[in-house]
Amino acid sequence: MADNGDDDSQYRIKQGDYVVLKRENIFKAVQIQPKKKVIFEKQWFFLDGAVGHFYSTTFEIVSGALQLQKLKNTDSFTDAKEAGTDNRNIVDDGKSQKLTRDDIEDLKEKGLEGQEIIQHLIDNSSTFKDKTEYAQDKYIKKKKKKYENTVMIVRPSCRILAMMYHGREPGKICHLRYDTLAQMLTLANIHAGSKVLVFDTCAGLVLGAIMERMGGYGSVIQMYPGGEPVRAGTESFGFPAHFHDMLHGFPICRVNALLAGTLDTTAKDPSTDVKQSNMAAEDGRQQPEAEQPEAEQQDSPQEKSMETSSGADGGHDREKEEKEKRREAKAQERLVKLEEKRKKLAAAAALLEGRNADGLVIASRFHPCPVLMGLLPFLAPSRPFVVYSQYKEPLIECYNKLKEHGGAVSLRLTDTWLRHYQVLPNRTHPLLLMSGGGGYLLSGTTVATDRAKPAGSQRAEEPAPKRLKLTDTEG
Amino acid sequence: MSFVEYSDFIQDGDVAIIYLGHDSLMPVKVQQGAQTQTRYGVIRHSTDLIGQRYGSKVTCSKGGWVHVLHPTPELWTVSLPHRTQILYTTDIATITMMLELKPGSVVCESGTGSGSLSHAILRTIAPTGHLHTVEFHQQRAEKVAEEFKEHRVDHLVTVRNQDVCQDGFGVSGVADAVFLDIPCPWDAVRHAKTAMKRQGGRVCSFSPCIEQVQRTCEALADQGFEEISTVEVLLRVHDVRTVSLPLPDFGPDPSAQTEPDAAEKTGPVQTSVSLKTTTPPREIPGHTGYLTFATKPRT
Repeated sequence: MADNGDDDSQYRIKQGDYVVLKRENIFKAVQIQPKKKVIFEKQWFFLDGAVGHFYSTTFEIVSGALQLQKLKNTDSFTDAKEAGTDNRNIVDDGKSQKLTRDDIEDLKEKGLEGQEIIQHLIDNSSTFKDKTEYAQDKYIKKKKKKYENTVMIVRPSCRILAMMYHGREPGKICHLRYDTLAQMLTLANIHAGSKVLVFDTCAGLVLGAIMERMGGYGSVIQMYPGGEPVRAGTESFGFPAHFHDMLHGFPICRVNALLAGTLDTTAKDPSTDVKQSNMAAEDGRQQPEAEQPEAEQQDSPQEKSMETSSGADGGHDREKEEKEKRREAKAQERLVKLEEKRKKLAAAAALLEGRNADGLVIASRFHPCPVLMGLLPFLAPSRPFVVYSQYKEPLIECYNKLKEHGGAVSLRLTDTWLRHYQVLPNRTHPLLLMSGGGGYLLSGTTVATDRAKPAGSQRAEEPAPKRLKLTDTEG
Repeated sequence: MSFVEYSDFIQDGDVAIIYLGHDSLMPVKVQQGAQTQTRYGVIRHSTDLIGQRYGSKVTCSKGGWVHVLHPTPELWTVSLPHRTQILYTTDIATITMMLELKPGSVVCESGTGSGSLSHAILRTIAPTGHLHTVEFHQQRAEKVAEEFKEHRVDHLVTVRNQDVCQDGFGVSGVADAVFLDIPCPWDAVRHAKTAMKRQGGRVCSFSPCIEQVQRTCEALADQGFEEISTVEVLLRVHDVRTVSLPLPDFGPDPSAQTEPDAAEKTGPVQTSVSLKTTTPPREIPGHTGYLTFATKPRT
């Protein structure tokens, strides 16, 4: 209890935080912004009231505003614990509820809390007292779901976001179920300090999960299709700024060039950054020489134009110059952006070039086979890889291709079943509904290929029959 | 090598995993001058292992070869010497995510058992987290502490030899997560609460029997834990095969006979179709244990 305030401040909801709204098992990721209206479970409200409160606080929605929940409602319904033993005398005549639809609407209009409305419903139900204890529980639960107006604000985590995406938008994450994602992180031995390759078209959820497990230590190279990587899901994690220093992007359309050694990360105007030039020097295929003059040039046009604009007197001239200035600034901005992009590409290429990555994770809507075969060469030997696919057949193809190609051992094609249980006194059983499928995984470990192995003499000594025999047993 | 950091080359004192073939792995303590017998012959550490790259193919004395792999918690789990029943990767993966473990997490665990889960926790919480693990069996506690040292993760873990149900975890107010794999977890729930941070955290209990789950859930609710949920995760392995399905012979087709040219064109009759598919193993583990998760609220 002796924690100081400083320690606690990180547990409070702040302006700009990425948070997750929660009610029962329904989640929604949002960012806390002033006067931001959100709609969650058919109710709209502003998030401003949450700022300053602790995470995992439950709020009540009172006419569009969030207020601290006054009372913790844990089975405070019906003081008289009266219950029937069976339903032999309960008849469905459609008249057991004495409140009409209009009455209920009235109660809602009056701004009654969900809990109070439920109490009214119970009081006006003629059959409630005859229901069994279990049926009463079930009734209350159902009504709660309908009338409750509370929302909990929780801190985002891989667990919560993976469950959220699976519940809300499974299509966006190729139906990757959260237990499958959990297997991926473990099978790929994701941990702080390693260098991980990711190909993720699951909204960036897999990328975020990997970044969370690496805690800002090491590096992640996201291989992406198209013009820009998709990272909406990654953003929802709300990682601190320094986590982004470890994140690199590399367009998958440049992989062939990189593998062939023909990738040209040298732009027309060479690097301006000292650190970058060091990296470029190591790279050996860039020209960092002309960096200083370029840097000066980059800054100067703006200054120049400012001087001229302040010195100009003719209105016409001025307008013209303003236009010129704007155009120049825009061009300049574009140049800077291009330069940024080029630098990032060069940095990612430098990381890949060592071909010594520590892990590979693929989870995409693309055919996994070419992706796997194209990215596997970037892995060091004795490193794990894992490929996700919503369908089993393409992974069978990957498996056969790897067997043929070599360079990997302990290949396994798996999937997991996830079963949830209701655990209540005398009412414990598996939940009636379970997820039909959470996708399939192919995992394995890279090994040195014969070609890459310098000690050729050893191989020559091998008697052929033994080798064949062993190949058979290899998994 | 270390279980929390990759290295490229095998060194004296490392633990390497010898991959002998499908589902056949063997951990080896690498020592100058030592030898290891495998079914493919002997491996001489000084020449065959030390200085070699992890992932290399090593030729054994009888001419067969094996691969030497860098240790990971997952490889360790399938090759470690059992002193108890252990947790396997499928459950470990689920536990790790649902407990929200990451670098820096402080975790309490009991019992340590053979250390299968412990290694996975240590990998995930390194380099800034810490594991407090409690094992009431003295010999097991000593053995696992020795292993942590050999695996160069001892700086991340404290092993306590005590009874968690009576004495708790030996820490209070520090844990982000607690994991229980003991016969009567309900007796340890209050200790779990004590061990956890005031700001809250996650707890998981692993039990094979539903009666244990019932009592644990009751204890968790009594102690004010929220978000109590019980799940079971089962792994299905698919053996990749090429199978051949014979085609039945329906005898000569009279309609085809009217056009003798066409019949000739089809050539020899195909008698089977081969396809690449998967088959389930003959037997699979049908149950390991129920995983009960809960959240400790802020207190």
